[in-house]
Amino acid sequence: MSKLFSDENKAAFTNPLNLNNPVAVQVLGICSALAVTSQLKPAIVMGLSVTVITAFSNVIISLLRKTIPNRIRIIVQLVVVAALVTIVSQLLKAYVYDVSVQLSVYVGLIITNCILMGRLEAFAMQNSPWPSFLDGIGNGLGYAAILVIVGFVRELFGFGTLLGFNVIPQFMYDAGYTNNGMMVMPAMSLIIVGCVIWAHRAYNKEEK
Amino acid sequence: MKMNTNSNVYTICYAAVMVIIVAFLLAFVASALKNTQDANVANDTKGQILTALGYDKATIDVAKVFDEKVKDNLYTCGPLQPYEGKFNTTYGSLIKKGELHVFTATTAQGEPAYVIPVVGRGLWGGLWGYIAVSETKDKVLGTYFYHESETAGLGARIGEKWFQDQFIGKPIFGADGEVVLTVTKAGAAQAENEVDGVTGATLTSNGVAAMVKDGLTAYSKFLGDRPDCVCDDEEFEIPEEECEQNDVEQ
Repeated sequence: MSKLFSDENKAAFTNPLNLNNPVAVQVLGICSALAVTSQLKPAIVMGLSVTVITAFSNVIISLLRKTIPNRIRIIVQLVVVAALVTIVSQLLKAYVYDVSVQLSVYVGLIITNCILMGRLEAFAMQNSPWPSFLDGIGNGLGYAAILVIVGFVRELFGFGTLLGFNVIPQFMYDAGYTNNGMMVMPAMSLIIVGCVIWAHRAYNKEEK
Repeated sequence: MKMNTNSNVYTICYAAVMVIIVAFLLAFVASALKNTQDANVANDTKGQILTALGYDKATIDVAKVFDEKVKDNLYTCGPLQPYEGKFNTTYGSLIKKGELHVFTATTAQGEPAYVIPVVGRGLWGGLWGYIAVSETKDKVLGTYFYHESETAGLGARIGEKWFQDQFIGKPIFGADGEVVLTVTKAGAAQAENEVDGVTGATLTSNGVAAMVKDGLTAYSKFLGDRPDCVCDDEEFEIPEEECEQNDVEQ
């Protein structure tokens, strides 16, 4: 049991949350961070979906890693991810239809997310299933954390709401405050991601 | 035993076996789940129609309420004919074929209404919706819109209640009998026939505007068919003009 949570395994899980964050340090998955962060709720849903899919495709690739021919390894990874996402979305559609309607827009974004391919190639191909699983969860949550920060800022300043609830009191609007339309534009998410990366690196530099 | 995983034969066999397994798996999952999925889709479509009528589909037994309150009809010309076939879940191709479905129902507030399916295109994919019109066929009582793949947080917001509720009470036709109900840029709606679009999703909003206009125009024979306007089969091609004239006289 103690082996399951050895220091190495812990590192596989915690590193991507901070020091090796997939968005802030590896700069992966920026395209989807741009698409789904104009509000907080889609950002959370997308973050969780990517976490689950990364974890399980990492496990599958890790189990197959010794059999995969080197020259077609990227194709094999892609097939595994696409098949996994398709089967999961079919199951959701049959048994939890409401969730599947909510997620249908994300399916394409999940399959093409660079974090998936990046982790399969960089981690699961060299490591056994359990650390790969932890690495998948860690990277997914690291990605989700950045998405939530960006979604929080954009929804708060772009719409004056959080998760759909009004949080900016009416008297602020009466006093002349207006929502910032720029925040709703996709370009703004890149600027916010840039600021997050800046803050993150400045902070970690001091630590070193 | 160490296999040479870099040989050509191994690579080709591996790819072939992998593709066969995955194809079989996907086909199996798709066919095993098809009936459950179809039932879900039909139930969801009924829920969407009820949403347009002002019901909250999360709190009611959709199938039961739909069977009680809503009747599926076909419009050719003249009175509506009850539709007996299997319940449809997509209406785009049917409207193109001229098979016009009209649902008769009462709204959640008890008002009699007709529900009309509409289809259109957004920025990334298809849009569809249901528009409940009043018994007098000149006013919107409620709407439901949804989309295949609009951007979450932007275009996807046409699926939200605040957007759909803006249409309630809006007039459909202008003085000349043309469909005037439309969607403007966000925050620009002034006139009675205008509805605010979604911020940052102008193209999706335009798609909704086009869908509403085209959808209602496709049903203009039905909507123009007021009690005082008799369309018989021989004049099937030009009944709108006749109806418009009657409108103007009123």
